[in-house]
Amino acid sequence: MRFRPANLVIKDVVRETAYVSTIRFDRSLDPTPGQYIMVWVRGVDEIPMSFSAPDSITVHAVGDATRALCALRPGESVGIRGPFGNGFRLTGERILLIGGGVGVAPLAFLGEDVKTRGIEVTSLIGFRCREDIIFLDRFRRLGDVILTTDDGSAGIEGRASAGLSEIDLNDYDQIYMCGPEMMMIDIIKRCREHASRIQASINRYFKCAVGICGSCCLDPEGIRVCVEGPVITGDRLLESEFGRYRRGPSGMRESCY
Amino acid sequence: MPSLSGDVGGLRLENPLILAAGILGTTGASMRRVALAGAGAVVTKSIGVEPRDGHPGPTVVRLGVGLINAMGLPNPSYRVFQEEIDVAREGGVPVVASIFGSSPEEFAEIASALDADGFELNLSCPHAEGYGMEIGCDPANVEEITRAVRRAVSVPVWVKLTPNVTDIRVLGIAAQRGGADAVVAINTLKAMAIDVESGYPILGNVIGGLSGPAIKPVALRCVYELSGALEIPVIGVGGVSCWQDAVEMIMAGAAGVQIGTALMGGLEVIGEITNGISRFLDRKGWSLDDIRGIARRRGSSASSKEYPLSASSTTSKSFDEGETHKEVL
Repeated sequence: MRFRPANLVIKDVVRETAYVSTIRFDRSLDPTPGQYIMVWVRGVDEIPMSFSAPDSITVHAVGDATRALCALRPGESVGIRGPFGNGFRLTGERILLIGGGVGVAPLAFLGEDVKTRGIEVTSLIGFRCREDIIFLDRFRRLGDVILTTDDGSAGIEGRASAGLSEIDLNDYDQIYMCGPEMMMIDIIKRCREHASRIQASINRYFKCAVGICGSCCLDPEGIRVCVEGPVITGDRLLESEFGRYRRGPSGMRESCY
Repeated sequence: MPSLSGDVGGLRLENPLILAAGILGTTGASMRRVALAGAGAVVTKSIGVEPRDGHPGPTVVRLGVGLINAMGLPNPSYRVFQEEIDVAREGGVPVVASIFGSSPEEFAEIASALDADGFELNLSCPHAEGYGMEIGCDPANVEEITRAVRRAVSVPVWVKLTPNVTDIRVLGIAAQRGGADAVVAINTLKAMAIDVESGYPILGNVIGGLSGPAIKPVALRCVYELSGALEIPVIGVGGVSCWQDAVEMIMAGAAGVQIGTALMGGLEVIGEITNGISRFLDRKGWSLDDIRGIARRRGSSASSKEYPLSASSTTSKSFDEGETHKEVL
């Protein structure tokens, strides 16, 4: 067990889009796809990030810590706690990946991980516009890809759910999902009968990452997402606060848009 | 199996194991879950007047011997917290609201506004400017704040004390004078950790509080000292992670025992501890009352010399008078 933050040196930083960068470390942390690490940008903050490969994270620069993270250069380092949490559990021979925005990152890792075991992979990935697309080549190398964009600038016009008409969910043993909360709950609700076969990686406000501070607990069961998640099945999410509200850093309920 | 039920600080509990403040206490759902896992009572996250996001991360440093944390009193304010207490109560055990403020008036304002089964006054958080131990190190403040809450509510009032003082008994006596129903000891010990790769203090707040097995001997000593000096019950907290730790706390004089950091290993530890206490008492033929404070009775000749502050010397029945089936040490 690694207790104190480990020092991880950055090998390279790849700009994927205007706001998204992939940060590759000088060594693998041997994570399970869907697991996460707490990344400490020294002097700024510590934030949870899921893996986009065994040795990389893919970061959307939206706040102080993520911007500082994307501004780091090769040779600089961060402090890491983890890997933590329960990642995706592989079930069956044919799987479907459904991702939105930067949420496609852990799915690309999952797809590449299971492909070596002969699993058949289909991907449905959605972005806001052509400029936001990441990892399209990685998904194409895995198998069939259905691409959507909100503005129709690439692939099918509409949200990721617009691509559902292209596939029959009965064809898949398991469905893996990661993306914006409202996108995921929308798809889970549309595919209610398949909910128990959906594994979704979700976000809550993680602070301690060891399951005791209580900031990430999901109503009404009190699931500690930082240790019992971040991957949770669709049927449990349907019975939870997911898609209705979440809690911010103070514990105050807020909208999940 | 012997009964573990009894009065702890003015509350009737099915067992003396209580969820400590700041652990899984932000949402009603998580507190209900801890209650259903077997806790005798739960204490909420500390709640203040205004919403606070808490300190920047890292907020915890995990060590082999415990945990250093500097959460920074994140809370959504008492104005939205009643609904969480109501959900927590569905767990079927008393829900004690931990509260913090910067003045007697703020403490009283919060306590008056919340409907809880008891209040625990946080006069001991070691990492929040203007709150916790910054005001709770001064016995005059402790007494005044305790009195203000005591006057504002009719339910039990517990005062959680800081160990970061020369003599914790002085704070305990102040709480007792202010009308507390119990004191809770101890909060975390001030601590820090430095990242040797960079020279940065690891915690976002630099200074935090140490909890876990490392502090149990300190907590035990504080419980022993306080229970010798006070008329009111002492609730022990600090590093309890197995039934033997809980029994030690009770033998030092604790009426109840709180558990926090040990929940890092899962909620199952609650049942393991309560079952362990039951089996122990059963094996020995003892009750909780038999063992409470036994350490003082065993070492009574030393205690009168070492503890001049003692408000009352506890003279209890001798174990030699116990029933014949009881094991006599």
